[in-house]
Amino acid sequence: MAKINLNINGKTKEVDVDPNTPILWVLRDHLDLVGTKYGCGIAQCGACTVIMDGNAIRSCSTPVSSAEGAKITTIEGLSENGDHPVQKAWMEHDVPQCGYCQAGQVMSAVALLESNPNPSEEDIDNAMNGNICRCGTYLRIKKAIKTAANS
Amino acid sequence: MNNRQHIPFINKAINKDRSTLFKPSRREFLKLGSLATGGLLIGINLKCSGPSKDTETFAPNVYLSIGKDNTVTIVAHRSEMGTGIRTTLPMVLADELGADWKNVKIEQAVGDEEKYGDQNTDGSYSIRMFYDPMRKAGATARHMLLKAASKQWDVKVEECETKDGAVIHSSSGNQATFGELVEEASKLDLPSEGEIKFKPFAEYKLIGKDIPIYDLKAIVMGKATFGADVSLPDMLVAVIGRSPVVGASIKGFDKSKAMEIPGVKEVLQIDGSEGVAPGLDKPLPGVAVLATNTWAAIKGRDALEIDWDLGENQQFDSDGQLTEMLESTRGEGKTRRERGNFAPVNLMQGNSLDKTYLAPFYAHGTIEPPAAIANYADGKLELWAPTQHPQWAREAAATALDLPIENVKVNVTLLGGGFGRKSKPDFVVEAALLSKAMGKPVRVQWTREDDLHHDFYHSHSAQRIQASLDGSGKIYSWNHHTVFPAIGATSNPDELHPSDGEMGLGALDFPYDIPHIRLESHESKAHTRIGWLRSVSNIHHAFAICCMLDEMAEKRGIDPIAQVLELLGDDQTLSFEEEVSGDFGNYGEPYDKFPWETGRMKNVVRKVAEASGWQNAKREGKYIGFAAHKSFLTYVACTVTVEKDSKGNLIIPEVHYAVDCGIAVNTDRVRSQFEGGAQFALSLATSAITFKDGKVQENNFSEYKIIRMPQAPKKTHVHIIESQEKPTGVGEPPVPPFIPALCNALYQMTGKRIYELPIKV
Repeated sequence: MAKINLNINGKTKEVDVDPNTPILWVLRDHLDLVGTKYGCGIAQCGACTVIMDGNAIRSCSTPVSSAEGAKITTIEGLSENGDHPVQKAWMEHDVPQCGYCQAGQVMSAVALLESNPNPSEEDIDNAMNGNICRCGTYLRIKKAIKTAANS
Repeated sequence: MNNRQHIPFINKAINKDRSTLFKPSRREFLKLGSLATGGLLIGINLKCSGPSKDTETFAPNVYLSIGKDNTVTIVAHRSEMGTGIRTTLPMVLADELGADWKNVKIEQAVGDEEKYGDQNTDGSYSIRMFYDPMRKAGATARHMLLKAASKQWDVKVEECETKDGAVIHSSSGNQATFGELVEEASKLDLPSEGEIKFKPFAEYKLIGKDIPIYDLKAIVMGKATFGADVSLPDMLVAVIGRSPVVGASIKGFDKSKAMEIPGVKEVLQIDGSEGVAPGLDKPLPGVAVLATNTWAAIKGRDALEIDWDLGENQQFDSDGQLTEMLESTRGEGKTRRERGNFAPVNLMQGNSLDKTYLAPFYAHGTIEPPAAIANYADGKLELWAPTQHPQWAREAAATALDLPIENVKVNVTLLGGGFGRKSKPDFVVEAALLSKAMGKPVRVQWTREDDLHHDFYHSHSAQRIQASLDGSGKIYSWNHHTVFPAIGATSNPDELHPSDGEMGLGALDFPYDIPHIRLESHESKAHTRIGWLRSVSNIHHAFAICCMLDEMAEKRGIDPIAQVLELLGDDQTLSFEEEVSGDFGNYGEPYDKFPWETGRMKNVVRKVAEASGWQNAKREGKYIGFAAHKSFLTYVACTVTVEKDSKGNLIIPEVHYAVDCGIAVNTDRVRSQFEGGAQFALSLATSAITFKDGKVQENNFSEYKIIRMPQAPKKTHVHIIESQEKPTGVGEPPVPPFIPALCNALYQMTGKRIYELPIKV
């Protein structure tokens, strides 16, 4: 067990956990931030995606020890009222079906647009390749990303 | 290998007859009550059998209440797993009522058969079964509000109308909100049957439109509650090491290494199901590690040493069984349907085809793996779970803990996908058993590996179709053999043939006008847990039938779409009764109300041909494939176009679907089910679950591949036929025709027919 200082959604948090614990479980079990989801545990599905220092990372496979000193943004930290341009675009296109993977999808899209405000079709495919949607909302996700890019 | 702590599992079977799987039954009545706050409460009750025992208790299933603050609260009694049903049914009621949709609040029902009737969200029947009752509840409330207003204003009821949450009398200009009228309305008697009238369709403002889902904003903000999101004080998390082979039992286990992991509090054995027919409602035998957090529970489970007696399925090899099943189709099977004088049909060389089709096991792979929370205290059990069937979960947990059913409460969260997996209550029972043993709240968390290794799989299958032509080149005979381990075998090892229900999913209901038809099933055993997955046996039946039809059309030198139109014959209502040996099924609906109408199928076939530019596409040399398949009483035709990119990867530029689902209640959600259905079917076409030594070989999404954005069809066009027919479901019908349409397109591109799934691309 070790005390680790984290910066999550602009707030400083201290947790006392096994330093190998994936960030995902620290968020969900220790900090009550359950918007980030578990899907596979091995960075295959992207349901657990959060943004760490500007990059979309798979929190299920990133030990919390590596987050010390880093800035983490989760779905809860994106906006107060759901009015982040990506969230608005998601609503405009009625993207979700079951909704479980969508927090991860949104976070991957936000990271993409922050580094590449006008992504090509191929850029979108590449950036979103790590996020599985079992319901099959990919076409609407793509449309929403384009809408957000233009907003 | 000592210090064993057992949780005895009561191996009492809950008698769920799976032949009733797709058979909802109806009975309804209206009830009236008032809210404690003086509002109006109306219930409409649908029960599976018999009248209510206690007519004094106000126990509605689908109820709405209208408060003095104008809030209209509607209970959603179906589970939301992505189809939009939690939005769409309340929307129907709200529209009929004339409510202001912005003021509608949706409450999720707990699992309660007495109160809510059938809550099994399965078989694409929610909209089919509840469209009218929801309208009836809305029309009843509307009538009472109109009556209250008309009394107040001393005008005729017929002159009043509801609009946006108010009653209006246009000639006098009188207007009152629902909230202002509810007190008066709640004193009135319920209207008689004759007084309840539905609005003309043209007056609906929500039905037939694109309505966003109720939980949209909560989902995009990460605030929607799914199964594992529920947290209780002092809760432990359990991760379970389950039997790697169905039928295995625990000889012993060593928990010492697991107990050394910080956070691990206890290790307990769950006896679970016994033998090779493990049942649909029981947990598998396993050893649970209970910890203060999920990570410790996962690490603890990994550190367990369990000694298994692997039992009689330890040799099971899915490839081996596929070969056996294929061989069995060479012999004579059990005849399930027969038309014409089949015996003398001679399959002459040169004018017949004899083809076999293989399809693998599939796992559901819901993106949210199973999870459930249980809190047992003082003889009462409260559960939270992403369940499609809260009543079965309630019953199974009550049985496992030997509690009276009224002491068990099941709260339904949102489901991160269901596809049939989350009908089964095994994971909920695990949580219940562990909470009782610990005297604390427990969350059972399945990992992805658990999910893929211990699913109730869609059955693998072998099919053989022999078809012949007559002298004039028309199809003369069609002999379809089908074999796959039955769902029923999961509960009863003696069930060696698919049930009538499974045969009715795309095989018995083969609609084509061919003089000689025979359908046979063959014996096979289940060596794992078999369940139902989105569209069930329609998946493999449509694959074989629609691929074979395409090949026959080629042999005949005619266009496959022209052939299907020819084989559907004149616009007519088909009759299967005299040809089918068992129960035709018809998805549980009376045949006279939901018959097989060739005209409706021809209509979707023509629509998809026109919209996809079928003739032009072929002339231009595009690789396009077609298939049409009715399932769950919804008519669907589909075209798929394929290409290869410069790297040799398969690209699907375009998919077209034409669908006749009667009234399309929420058009946006109809389209989304088809857009997603194409992608779900593409995953099925390209992935598989396999068994060796009785164990599933695929561990995670790294091996059981789900398609990703770059592989998804670039465009999916959904053409909804405008219709005033009774609405039918759309959750499952998109899946079956996609796979054969894709295979038929790939044949155009490669010149090779596909007889075995998964497709190797």
